[in-house]
Amino acid sequence: MIFGLPIGFAAPWVLAALVVLPVLWLILRAIPPAPVRRMFPGVVLLLGLKDDDTVTDRTPWWLLLLRMLALAAVIVGLAGPVLNPDEPSDGNGPLLIVMDASWASAADWEARRTMVEALLDEAAREGRSASLQRLTAPQEVRFQPADAWLSRLAGVTPMPWEPEAAAVAAWAEELAGQDFDTVWLSDGLARDGRDDVLKALQEAGSVRVVETGRGVIGLQTPAFEDGKVLLTARRSESALERGVSVQAVGTDPGGSERILATLPMDFEAGEDVAENALVLPAELRARVTRFEVQGLRSAGAISLTDDSLRRREVALIAGREDREGLQLLSPLHFLRQALVPTADILEGALGDVLPANPDVVVLADVAVLSAGEEAALLEWLDQGGLLLRFAGPRLAASEISRTDEDPLLPVRLRAGGRSVGGAMSWGEPKSLAPFSEDSPFFGLSVPEEVTVTAQVMAQPDPTLAERVIASLSDGTPLVTRKEIGQGQVVLVHVTANAEWSGLPLSGLFVQMLDRLAVVSSNSADMAEQMAGTSWQPLKVLDGFGRLEDGQTLPGVPGEALLEGALNADVRPGLYREGDRLMALNVVQNDAELVAMRWPADVPVEGLRGAVSRDLSGYLLAAALILLAADVLASLAVSGRLWGARVAGALMALVLVAPVHEARAQGADAHARDVALAHVLTGNRTIDDTALAGMRGLSETLFFRTSVEPGEPASVDLERDELAFYPILYWPITQEQPTPSREAYGKLNDYLRSGGMIVFDTRDADVARFGASSPNGRKLQSLAAGLDIPPLDPLPADHVLTRTFYLLQDFPGRYDSHDVWVEAAPPDAELIEGMPFRNLNDGVTPVIIGGNDWAAAWAVDARGNTLLPVGRGRAGERQRELAYRFGVNIVMHVLTGNYKSDQVHVPALLDRLGQ
Amino acid sequence: MISFAQLRGSAEEQAARLPPLLAQAEHLAGTVLLGEHGRRRAGMGDDFWQYRPVQPGDSTRMIDWRRSAKTGSQFVRQREWQVAQSVMLWVDQAASMGFSSDKALPSKGDRARLLTLALAILLIRGGERVGLTGTLLPPRRGEGQILRLTEMMLRDEGGDYGSPEARAMLPHARALFVSDFMGDFDSFEAALTKAADRGVLGVCLQVLDPAEESFPFKGRAIFESMGQTLSHETKKADDLKARYLERLAERKERLRGLCRLTGWHYGTHHTGESAQSALLWLHRALERRT
Repeated sequence: MIFGLPIGFAAPWVLAALVVLPVLWLILRAIPPAPVRRMFPGVVLLLGLKDDDTVTDRTPWWLLLLRMLALAAVIVGLAGPVLNPDEPSDGNGPLLIVMDASWASAADWEARRTMVEALLDEAAREGRSASLQRLTAPQEVRFQPADAWLSRLAGVTPMPWEPEAAAVAAWAEELAGQDFDTVWLSDGLARDGRDDVLKALQEAGSVRVVETGRGVIGLQTPAFEDGKVLLTARRSESALERGVSVQAVGTDPGGSERILATLPMDFEAGEDVAENALVLPAELRARVTRFEVQGLRSAGAISLTDDSLRRREVALIAGREDREGLQLLSPLHFLRQALVPTADILEGALGDVLPANPDVVVLADVAVLSAGEEAALLEWLDQGGLLLRFAGPRLAASEISRTDEDPLLPVRLRAGGRSVGGAMSWGEPKSLAPFSEDSPFFGLSVPEEVTVTAQVMAQPDPTLAERVIASLSDGTPLVTRKEIGQGQVVLVHVTANAEWSGLPLSGLFVQMLDRLAVVSSNSADMAEQMAGTSWQPLKVLDGFGRLEDGQTLPGVPGEALLEGALNADVRPGLYREGDRLMALNVVQNDAELVAMRWPADVPVEGLRGAVSRDLSGYLLAAALILLAADVLASLAVSGRLWGARVAGALMALVLVAPVHEARAQGADAHARDVALAHVLTGNRTIDDTALAGMRGLSETLFFRTSVEPGEPASVDLERDELAFYPILYWPITQEQPTPSREAYGKLNDYLRSGGMIVFDTRDADVARFGASSPNGRKLQSLAAGLDIPPLDPLPADHVLTRTFYLLQDFPGRYDSHDVWVEAAPPDAELIEGMPFRNLNDGVTPVIIGGNDWAAAWAVDARGNTLLPVGRGRAGERQRELAYRFGVNIVMHVLTGNYKSDQVHVPALLDRLGQ
Repeated sequence: MISFAQLRGSAEEQAARLPPLLAQAEHLAGTVLLGEHGRRRAGMGDDFWQYRPVQPGDSTRMIDWRRSAKTGSQFVRQREWQVAQSVMLWVDQAASMGFSSDKALPSKGDRARLLTLALAILLIRGGERVGLTGTLLPPRRGEGQILRLTEMMLRDEGGDYGSPEARAMLPHARALFVSDFMGDFDSFEAALTKAADRGVLGVCLQVLDPAEESFPFKGRAIFESMGQTLSHETKKADDLKARYLERLAERKERLRGLCRLTGWHYGTHHTGESAQSALLWLHRALERRT
């Protein structure tokens, strides 16, 4: 500290040089500014004159001051001033910097790194050796010059797991007998073995602990209950109220990642757990890939989702498919309606559906299953499937589960079932009883209007009571359930349609289905499931909570995954085994975040706010600026600062900036201007002619139309982006290479997105259209890979004949009428009174001809035509028509069917009565 | 030995300078001629002046027989002043005349040449004989003389400061000295007295740059003459200003006194002022005793 300012000096003795400043003042004052030489004829009159004042003309005081300041800045700058200098540390032995480097310290990692940098800087200045250790990845402690660690600091990142007690303890044991000071950057969480490490460090020397004191926030794996996503966040410092918001991140239908929902979570004062439930439509819920605490960069603030939020696959199988058209009577209609919003529905034969491993199979009034089907169903049930059966006339009429319980039915059935409240029976239709507490439907309200008129009856068995999960008001079972292996069979004793009861018409039906489908998700005993499996990491989290590809990491045994102890082998992330996905999150559901309480004798500091900063650079820069100002001032004082020099200096300053901008042009010039392009064929002459033709056409367009094309381009189909060019001129040569598959892909994209290719076989003088010439055959082979619509000879009322000029001939260097464009739709017909048919709605993607247009258009750099066309004046006329055709083509590409629409104008005016 | 190419080059250069100066001078002279329009001057001596009775000593050839026959006594026909005035010009071509304090101002020498040539044009158009002092270009009449004068004026003289050439002065001729009169005063004095001794009357025009009148300099400076033969260093130029102006005024006063003594006219012209007023003044001053 100097004068109360937080400034220190690296080399304070340099400041002694400030003493010379007053001396220098006197010297500089004594030395007058250099004389100016002036031509002056009047010097004759001056000869012999003596200066009145023997004292020289002094340097102005402010100029002296400027120079003094510059010099002082140099001296002070060389003395190495440091803002907020680190307190001189007590020790001078080696310095050990211990970082927890867990996910909990990732949120303020930048501050930690700055702090470590400052510590290392300080150690470097003091010549201490240092060592940097991460407890999440403990290594042997090696003390090296602090500078060496500084260079490695950028690569030191937090790990997505916490220090492992055993590894840290082993590491601490090796410290015995060494002598060093320690700075421990703690993440603020208590965990086992910390005291031992602290003890070991204290034995070696002094220990300082650095903590943020802000606490740690973590997000648990979300739970899915009652159609809601339950989110739980934990924190370590529970003193104050604090709110965070949790974002559900997932893919939108386009596949890009976006925030699907935001949920506020508030920690009450004194509470270290905050819970909130997120209600999401099933569609959205299925897309959620992770939840994250907004604005917190830490692996603990991310919670990945797995299968538990996934949409379920439900297979619907009905027994009767003989009647068509009676949709409302279809046993599956109401099921389909109820399930479509929340589940993926599979329909088909049972044998086809089962291999898809649906979560739920619904059998609506299916009585008899083949032995093979039954075995397959049983096996599937054994692995955790849910079989939902509905009764119906067939089931009631069948003999199954009459004497012995069918393995695929939860109860034995009485023959025939019963009918209540009907015309031929006594009693009122029965309503539902409230659901009991151990029923999965518990909590659903029972609407009055749901009545049951017919049902199949369960035979009283010892197991019946525990299998009933819903019953009628008279106590007869309505829904029964039996567990088979890890799966279960649920029988609804009425039909899935409205024949026997009003249940399928009510909202309760949907809720019950929802409950049942939810129960079917991964809720079975995990330990058994996970045993012996090997899970492949798909994505893993790094310490900051960024997802990285995990495909290259080795598989993880299921047991380790279930145990949830994170380390370098078991990283948090998303794992896959078969079809199953499992998310392993940093904050386990049972883990509490407890703040570390350090012993009283350990000094605990916060992260240092004010970082020491070397000021010498600024001072030296200031000295340079002052010296530059001195140059100007000296010039001004001696009268040599002319306007031109000032302007020159200013210009030099101003011009420095735009120099950078002047580059980076040209590359995207074609993206900004309209530019014509031709395809490179590999034949130099033809390419040159084509380019010259494009140039000639560009100039013609420039002079005659409002299209002002840029410099034309030569396009290599393999390398260049085509999207910039509205039109591609493609001269055909026999020897040009066939484009690659990728190039064809690009060309097809180009054609589909509105581009036009003008194919020119350049042989109309000798051949007609088609495969009659070598170039024609080459064109056919080239165009085979292109997405080209049916073609027609250019009709006389095609919009190309009137986009700019009215044309009926389309000559190039040759004058053939064989020009082909996209065929008119078959229903195009000539309307009475209209001059043109209303043809294609878009731009024809190709124009094919052989008139060698580019040769007719070609001009050299001075605008002279390159190749002769025809003879004499008739030839010039032909060239003019060729230009006009080119203009029409470009206009057609740029304006589409605009000129087609114009044909409607007279009719419209007529109707408006004008 | 100068090579042909060099000769040609410098000739071209000179020729290029000549027309502008001449054109400028003609232009300037034109403005004055317009103002003096209608003034007829004595010509080549063809005009009749008077008849006088024959005096002893007149040769019989001089008797105008027609006049004599009319009256009976004998008369001699006198023509108007047969001898035209000779005007001798001296323009200081020394290095000091090349000074101009500002790019926008012409140098003193340029202005001096311009004025002199314009005056020469006026005089020659008026029928006078104009030439340079010294023996280089004796006074002659005719338009051709203008070209010769122009050519001579474009020759630079060596030396820092010029001194007038007073040799071969025609008696009773007129003379014009244009200079900054910064040079050796004694030489001016000698030249002027010598000229006055021969009955030559004339005009001294002192051409000065505005900077020479105001001395706008400050700070430490080394003043050098145009030829760099003289130099004077000062540490505080602004201190010198008063004394410089004093000396300048003293020199002007001496010059004026000298002119008064010899019957010459003295004028001062600054390059910052218009050339036309100076030319008018010059013209009148020369005419005054004509």
